[in-house]
Amino acid sequence: MQRRQLVLYGAAGAGFLGLTLFVGWWRVDGPGAPEPKGQRPLPLSAMEFRLTDHEENEVGPGNLIGRPTMVFFGFTYCPDVCPTTLSDISGWLEELGDEASEMNVVFITVDPERDTVEAMAEYVGYFHPVIRGWTGPEDQIARAAEGFRASFERVPTEGGGYTMNHTASVFLFDAEGELVTMIDYHEPREFAVPKIRRALTEDVEGAT
Amino acid sequence: MVKKLRYTNALAVLLMVAGLSAPALAGSEDVVVENAWSRASIGVNRPGAAYMTVRNTGEDAVTLTGLATPLAMMPEIHESKTNSDGVSSMVPAGEITIEPGQSVALEPGGLHAMLMKLQEPMTEGETFPLTLTFSNGGEVTVEVPILGIAARGPEG
Repeated sequence: MQRRQLVLYGAAGAGFLGLTLFVGWWRVDGPGAPEPKGQRPLPLSAMEFRLTDHEENEVGPGNLIGRPTMVFFGFTYCPDVCPTTLSDISGWLEELGDEASEMNVVFITVDPERDTVEAMAEYVGYFHPVIRGWTGPEDQIARAAEGFRASFERVPTEGGGYTMNHTASVFLFDAEGELVTMIDYHEPREFAVPKIRRALTEDVEGAT
Repeated sequence: MVKKLRYTNALAVLLMVAGLSAPALAGSEDVVVENAWSRASIGVNRPGAAYMTVRNTGEDAVTLTGLATPLAMMPEIHESKTNSDGVSSMVPAGEITIEPGQSVALEPGGLHAMLMKLQEPMTEGETFPLTLTFSNGGEVTVEVPILGIAARGPEG
């Protein structure tokens, strides 16, 4: 009798646990997950957009395949988050040393109205030389952001100008253009650098 | 045009003199500003940002209500926030109350002194005066060093 009760409780417990896990899955990864913000960025090979880099070269996601890649969004009229991200990335690249030159590092503006090719060229010139600045027509930037599942929004400021809200995470891809991981805004160097190293080594293992 | 520029410069000098004389005002002797720094700007069109730690060494709470500097027409304390989707946004921080013995850090990715409508470019190696005003009428003026555009902290 006691044993039967125990089994019953056990079964109820397992059932409850299963249900909890199911609800968790449903809400995080399953059909109940918030769309599209919770989605992973597409592989670079599945993205389609055409932009111009800060040296006036026509560029697109295809240019990034073949080497590990780091991509982030921002704008040069951003006083706090963007220079902080760029100087964080410059610091990570310095720590990587020679390995940094084996990577693509791309800063895509979400503010093409003010961030012309010349503006991007001047701005990226102040940071690590590996960093490239990409700009282009607004519709192409929107397509790029869609591929990365990044978002941006123009917000008017009281002085009559505007600022941009935007995804501040850094996207890391391996040499084949598959997402390795993301680095959160202002993530400490001791976490960020090993993540980048992972993208660099997956380049070797990813040959399969 | 030349005339207008000259007028603006005169105004800036006037404001700077006013700013430098500010620490003489009463009511702010308990506020200590440490580790102030800022990043150089490219020209004057982009807003600048300055960072520091504001410490209240007194017995009473103090409320930071505003900023003034001859460098920028619209200096304001703003706060950058990043939500769970990784989207960053920036909003005016309003008034900031610092309890006795506490401090508030203005640092990258959080609170910062946003310097809108720069009157001149922020040049690496120079400094500028920034006045913090408090609700009790007190003021503290600090000389803020301008570091490189890629600086990560008060040490550069």
